[in-house]
Formats: sequence, C-alpha cells, structure tokens
Amino acid sequence: MTATAIKAPSRARVWTYLPMTVLAAFFLFPIVFMVVASLKTDHQIFADMNSFKAFLPVGELSFANYAAVFDRVPFWRFLGNTLFVTFTVTAFGLVVNSMCGYALARMRWRGRGLVFGFVIATLILPFDTTIVPMVYLVANLPWIGFDGFTPILEFGWLNSYRVQIIPFIVNAFSIFLFAQYFKSLPKGLEEAAAIDGAGWLRTYWRIIVPLSKPVFATVAILTVVTSPATWNAYLWPLMTVQSEELRPVMVGVQYFFQLDTAWGEVMAYISMITLPMVIVFLVFQRAFIQSIASAGMKD
Amino acid sequence: MQRRNLFKLAAATGGAALTGQALAACTASSGSSDGELVLWAHNAGSPLEIAVTEDIVKAFNGSQDAYKAALEPFPQDVYNDTVNAAALSGDLPDLLTVDGPNIPNWAWAGHLQPLGVPTEITGKFLPSTLGKFQGELYAVGHWEAACSIFARQSVLEAAGVRIPTIEQPWSREEFDDALPRLVADGTYQWAIDFSTADTGEWYSYAFSPFLQSFGGDLIDRDSYLKADGVLNGAEALAWGRWFQGLFTSRLANVESPGGAEDFMQGKAAMSFAGNWSALPAMDLYDDMLFLPPPDFGDGPKIGGGSWQWAVTATADSAGANSWMETALSDEYVAEYANQTGLIPATDAAAELTEHYASDGMLRMMVDYSKAYATLRPETPAYTVIASVFGQYTADIIHGGDVQEALDAAAAEIDADIEANSGYGF
Amino acid sequence: MAVASAERAEVAAPPEPPKRRRRSHSRAEQRAGAAFAIPGIALLLLFVIGPALVSLVLAFTNARLISPTPPEFVGLENFRRAFADDATFHRSVLNTFVFAAIVVPLQGGFGLVLALLVNQRIAGRNFFRTVYFLPVITSMVVVSLLWRFLYQEDGLVNSALSMVTGGAWAGQAWLANPSTAMGAIVVMSVWQGVGFHMIIWLAGLQTIPEEVYEAGALDGCTPWQRFWHLTLPLLKPTFVFVLITITIAAMSLFVQVNIMTNGGPVGSTSTIVFQIVQKGFQQQQMGYGAALSLIFFCIVLTLALVQRRLTRDRD
Repeated sequence: MTATAIKAPSRARVWTYLPMTVLAAFFLFPIVFMVVASLKTDHQIFADMNSFKAFLPVGELSFANYAAVFDRVPFWRFLGNTLFVTFTVTAFGLVVNSMCGYALARMRWRGRGLVFGFVIATLILPFDTTIVPMVYLVANLPWIGFDGFTPILEFGWLNSYRVQIIPFIVNAFSIFLFAQYFKSLPKGLEEAAAIDGAGWLRTYWRIIVPLSKPVFATVAILTVVTSPATWNAYLWPLMTVQSEELRPVMVGVQYFFQLDTAWGEVMAYISMITLPMVIVFLVFQRAFIQSIASAGMKD
Repeated sequence: MQRRNLFKLAAATGGAALTGQALAACTASSGSSDGELVLWAHNAGSPLEIAVTEDIVKAFNGSQDAYKAALEPFPQDVYNDTVNAAALSGDLPDLLTVDGPNIPNWAWAGHLQPLGVPTEITGKFLPSTLGKFQGELYAVGHWEAACSIFARQSVLEAAGVRIPTIEQPWSREEFDDALPRLVADGTYQWAIDFSTADTGEWYSYAFSPFLQSFGGDLIDRDSYLKADGVLNGAEALAWGRWFQGLFTSRLANVESPGGAEDFMQGKAAMSFAGNWSALPAMDLYDDMLFLPPPDFGDGPKIGGGSWQWAVTATADSAGANSWMETALSDEYVAEYANQTGLIPATDAAAELTEHYASDGMLRMMVDYSKAYATLRPETPAYTVIASVFGQYTADIIHGGDVQEALDAAAAEIDADIEANSGYGF
Repeated sequence: MAVASAERAEVAAPPEPPKRRRRSHSRAEQRAGAAFAIPGIALLLLFVIGPALVSLVLAFTNARLISPTPPEFVGLENFRRAFADDATFHRSVLNTFVFAAIVVPLQGGFGLVLALLVNQRIAGRNFFRTVYFLPVITSMVVVSLLWRFLYQEDGLVNSALSMVTGGAWAGQAWLANPSTAMGAIVVMSVWQGVGFHMIIWLAGLQTIPEEVYEAGALDGCTPWQRFWHLTLPLLKPTFVFVLITITIAAMSLFVQVNIMTNGGPVGSTSTIVFQIVQKGFQQQQMGYGAALSLIFFCIVLTLALVQRRLTRDRD
C-alpha cells in the first residue's frame, strides 16, 4: 500500500488530493468566515454576505472588534476560570474514574457486576434532561466553609467553582473506557506485585498507571472536548453561577447579544475562544490518534 | 501497608475538598440583612448602562453608612433562565431588574415584596413603568421602550405614501396599500422589516399589540382564566391571516436579523422596531421618521412595560427601599435615557434629555407610549403565554395554518392555567 | 448495545487470582475493591442518579419551577397529556427519530471515508486531519451561531450553490422553510461531528496489523476486495463503538435546534430534548418536563435493548 502510494503517477495523485482539498474547503469555510468577519465592521459583514468577499479580508479591516471585546467582557478572567475548571475537572476525573474502572475491571468484590451494569445504564441519561433537578440539588448540598479558621457548615453550592467542578468529575463513559483498557492488560500483574508485597494502591499506582498512558491521554482529551463542564461549558454555569468573576468563556458569548448585536465583536470573541483549542489539537494531534488507537475501542 | 495507603488516599481526597472551598471566591451573600445589598441587573455587555447603575450605587453608598450596595451584571438573553434557577434554589439577591411582564409571575410566586417607596416619587412615573400585580406595586422602571415604524421621508414621498400622524394614523387599508408601493420599483427587497430572527420576548412584545389592535388578545382580561375564544376568535384569526400574508406575499422577510438590520442595510423600506435602535438609525439617515403603528380597528397599539427594579421577598426592606429612592431620582432617569436611547420614565427627566425634551427628535415616542402602550397580561400565566405565543406566531409567519396554530396556542395556555388552579384568579 | 458491552464485561471476568492468594487476601481485596470504586460510584449516585430520581418523582406531579404552592400528585395526567394532547411532542418524537436515522449512517459512513483518506501515507495528512477535526473542537454554541448566518437567504451557502451551478440556483432561506430546516441541521451536525468519528475509525484502522494487508497482497486482492474482506470485518469493534456514541448523541439533539431554529419553522425541527427544556424550564412546567424526560429515557433504553439483540444475533 505504501509503495503504490509513493510511486503513484501524478494523475492518481490529483485524484488523491482533489477530493481531500474540496472536503477541506467544506470543513474550513465557516471558520474562515468567522476569522475574516472578526476583522470587519458590522456593515461590511452584512454587505459582503452574499458574495465570496465574505471569505476575503477586503474592505476596511481593523482589530477594532478585538479591542472592543476587552471593553465588553473581562476576557482574561473568563479565560482563567475556564482553564482552571477544565484542568481541575480533567485531573480529578482521571483519578476517580480510572480507580473506579480499575476496581470494576480487575478486582473481585461483591456487587461488582451490578455496579458495572449501573454505570453503563447512566450513559443513556443526557445531562440536558436532568439539569433542572440538578440545579435544585446542588443548591441544597452542604459544604464546610471557613470563617477565618472556624469551620462552619453551610448549604448551597451555587455561585462557586465547586459547582462547576465536582458534579462533573465522575463520568460513566470515562469509567467504561478505563475498565475496557485495564481488562486488556496482561493477567498476573497483580500477583507479581503481591509477591513483592505491594498493596493494591501501590500496585495500581506503580504498575497499572504507567502501563496505561494511552487511555489516560484519550480520556483527558475526550473530557476537554466533550464534557459539558470544561471548555464548552455553557448551560450549566449559566444557571448556577451568578458572580461575574466566576463565569467561563462560553457564557461570555451572550454579552454580545444586548439591545443591538455587535456581530463583528461576536466573531472576534468566538475566534479568540476557539483558537486555543485549535493550537492544542495541532500540537497533540499525533499523540491523540495514537492514544486512541492503542487505548483500543475494543469491546 | 495497604490500609495505610487507603488512609492516605482518604486524607488526600478530604484535603482536596477543603482547598476547593478556598477557591470558591466571593460567594455572594444573598437576601441577608447584614447591611449588604446585592443587586442583579440584565445589562452585562452594555458598559454605558452599567456605568449609570454604578453611579447610583456609588451615590447611595456615599450617602449613608448603614448599607452597602454592590452590582452583579448578567447577559440579557439568558437573564431570565439564570434568575429562575436562582429562585428555584432560593438564592435571590436583594434587588434585581425584572422585565415588566414577568413581575406578576414573580410576585405570585412570593419572590418579591411590595415596594415601600412614597407615592410622591412613583406617582411621577409613566403608568407602564410601574410593575403591579393585583393592585400592589412591586417594581418601578427607569425607562420605557416604545416601538414605532422606522421610515425615511424621502422614500415614502417617492412612493406617494401619506405620512401618518398620531392624530391620523394609517388605517389597515392604507397600510396594506402602501407596502406593495414601497417595493414596486425594486430598490428595496422588503417593504417592512419585523426583526423576526429576534425570538424570545420580542414576539409577544412587538406582535401581540397588532393582535390587540385587531380586537383580539392573548387572554381574556376579565377573568384571566381563558385564552380560548380570545386568542383564537374571529379577530385573532383576521390578525393571523393578515400577518401571515405579509410574509407569504414577500413584503416582509421571514428571517430578518434583529435590531432593524435589514432597514439599516437598505434592504427594507421600513422597519417595525424598538426605540433602542433609533439613535443608530438617525446616525445613518438624515430623514428618519418614527411613525405610529397602523390602526387595525381598535386603535394603534404598542407593547408597554420594560425592565424595572424590584425588591425580593427576603431583602432588608428599609435598605432596599432606600436604594430605590436614590435610584429613582430624575437625574438618573435622564442619564439612563441618554445612554440607551430609551424613553425616560418621568416628564421632568425627559426635559433633561437631548432627544426626549419637548423639542427633541424622539419626543413622539413619549406620546406613543402614553397613547398606545398596552401592558402584556398581568398574570403569572404570562410565562407560558409568551413562550406559546412566540412559538405559534413563528409558525404563522412560516406559513403554518393560522386556525390550527391559534387553537393549539389557546389550548396550551388554558391547560397551563388549569394545571395551576387559575393562578389565584 | 451499551448494555451489551456491560454483559460482555461480565463474561470477560478479571484475571482469576491463584487460589493461594485468594484465600489469604480475599477480604482485603473486597475492601480495596470497594474503596477504589466508592468515590466514583458515590459521585455518580449523587449527581446522575439523584437528579434522575427527583425527575422520576416530579413526573407524577404538577410541580412548577417557581410557585407559592407545593406540588400536587397528579397521577398519570402528565403522561396522558404527552400521549393524547401534545401534538408538538408527537412531532418532536418523530423529528428525533428522523434525525437519528439520517445522521447515524451519514456521520458513521462519512467518518469512515475521511478516515480512509487521511490514513494514506501522503504528504500533508496531518494538515487534513486537523482541518477535518476543527469543527469538533469548536463549541456547538459557536458553530450554531455561524451556521445560522450561513443558511440565510442571502447567506454564503446559497452564494456557493449559485456559483457552483453557474447562477442557476435561486437561493432560499434554509432554516425558514419547514421542508429544508431539518435537512440543514443534519448537514451542519454531520459537519460538526464527523471529525470525531473519523478519529475513532482512524484509531481502529491503525490497530489492523500491516501483516494482514501483506498477506492479502500475496493473495492478489484488489483494493476493493481488501477493503471489503479484510478492513471492514476487522473494524467491527470500532463499528459497534461508533454506533453507540452517534446514536446517543443524535437522540439527544438540542443545542443546534435551540440556537438555530427554536424548534421551528412549524415544529419541523423540534426534538424531544428541546421540548423537555422548553416545557420544563422556559415554560416552568417542571412536572410535565420531567414526564417527558422519563419518556425519553424509556425510548433510549428500548433502543439500546433492541440494538443489544441485534449485535448478539450477529455474533
């Protein structure tokens, strides 16, 4: 296969690249439009709408929209919040979900089968449908706060970082992926460790985790891209976070839809919040695919 | 060994939980009487509007020592959802802005307390800026919004269309006759722009007054118990067919962007728009007209009741009302109007503004508001009415069967009223 | 089929520890196993099952989002209303199934085609992979806003079609026409999600050992035979996985509809989850919204059971 591809005559090469390029144009055009429009005035955007000028940086161009974004939205604060929440959810998620997956895949305890079925069943509960009872629930959860050094019992998680983090640490899909991967590891790892006198936690930490880097990488990336609480968090923080200082970037999009929508600024803002993810993917693209490949979507 | 590891693990998790608290910065204390007044407003992303509110807060905090007010702005499009979520969990602030038609719902649910502001102050405000429910005053607004028909004098004259006045607005026949004439020479793609892409509250705010001018309504306002027969009666049907006709005959754009954009772009000859778009339009065209809506039989009508300040049930009454008194001075009423282009709620404040003073360019908006403003039904059922009316009006605009749409709308509203035992009516 | 995987997990039991160890350590293993699983299970119970149970109870009441009166038990009234009266809901169920029936094969198949394209050893394949994956990492909120713009009557989609057809295309408002709005959302959703499944397929393709193809080459396979008889059968585990994820995602269609069409025009894009949010939250009819959630859960569960049967038969 490799050999034929390399020796292929140029005509075949055209047939390789032509469809791929057409497809690339199809995947790129809304994003090109977004970036180009972010440099134009609202009038220019609408005026260029029905021609290919919409993709071209023509007319009066400036970074005025970008400057205006900073007047309207505390951008760095929102970005910081999103980065913090994304990092925390992902990091805690890796620990909790992998340990749960490990217990389900490689340890023997009563009720394990039942619990596994239960974890899988929760996969078919989409978050959007239970969001209202969920708001009610988190609003009444207890928490230990501090007044100076005196601990106080308080109720209600609204308007905090914890409400954006803790409910999303556990993820049935992540547990499932971890369990499947751990099952594929060679048998007898634990016995060898036990002979050396290592306990379960140490076995897990020293032997299992280092052997499972691909699945950790995969779950981390999937959490960042698909979780309703990380980079794309929108509906949940909208309903549970009232303080501007705690809001994430996606909620900031709404700041541009006041009495008059400033479309140029909308485009500038969404370009700014999309770009970091593009860079991350560009950097980790190869590792990402390899990790999914070796994490194995086998059942 | 194993046990110790597990113990360490437990300690680690517990520790993490505790540091989480340290990170949960600035939890707003809500509805307390510790001298702090938390204010929520719907204007995040509008720096000018926020600046006025911040001025009030500063003046209030400087004028006394007992209370300290602090503002938290929210984005408007999702403000109601956010506040509903907070109400569900009992986490409301002390004062908040509420859109006029939602006040009955909030008052009925017990989330607001009646205002204790002297009538010498509130008496000066436009009636439609006072949020009432069952005879009690719950909220006061700094401004009123008014819709009118945006048009250009040169364009109307070229098409030979009479320019209507508040004394003699267009009749239905005149209006229906004018629209095709405006697009006859092909300069304009659309005769009139209704900003139909602006879903949400806009539909019931902007379009239900036409229904009322036809003689229909959203609900029977004598009993507040039935939409059936009113929302789907003969008059409502006539409204629906007329409105649909504007879109099916392509006089109006089914998906025109919000903010009178089609008009500003020169795609539509006229626009039915709110006065918050008036200042940009005046910058763009030097022959702007803001015309009264047509009289479809029951007189011209426009929506009344905009954003207002209300005090929550758990707030410190004295502090909140004292903030209200500071906020409701003519000076701030005028300042909001200058910053937003909206109508100042008192006559004295109007005189302080550039556009709404007796000789101002937008003075007619005040007159429209006084003459035509119709409040949306003052019932908790309005939450469902607005959503249902918006959904089925969109169906009508998109060519759905008018009778079917209005019957379904009336049935859904009545079902909700019944499920809530009449909402106290 | 999600359930199918669970069952198979049962069969593939963990490595059987040697007898000697089990005797001496089984109680310790019991405790450790529970301790490992407890944080995850506790969070799952609290934040997934908890709200679901609240929903289950609310479904039989007239609870309103904000109200001065406590909810009353109304029996099956909400379900009667959903099945007998609510034409919009019926339409939404139909729309959801239509959407899933189109999107699942389209996104899965198209994803495989893309994966095969970018699995070739050609220059620039990393560039193409990134480009095809770009929409996935762009927020659905952002993507929906963009496409609403593009689908307008004088928007870019029409300009492009008009250019391709040499001006023959007259142009139409895609999202404003009841007969094209759902199609427009399908195209946009496939555009957004296909890159994700391309990656999954690509990962599946890379697990196929090179030797398999070498053996095929010796037997004189044509590229088509090689794809049909070697690649496809080996991709079956990936196929099952892709099917699961797309089906669940497609049945839960919500954000695109909420931002682009609000369920319109004339109910043509309203979906089950959209109705749950609209009735339960926007219209504050929490009890009714909860009843719709319960119906939705039953529908997806039934689908899962049907698919489990199908996968089992094939084995």
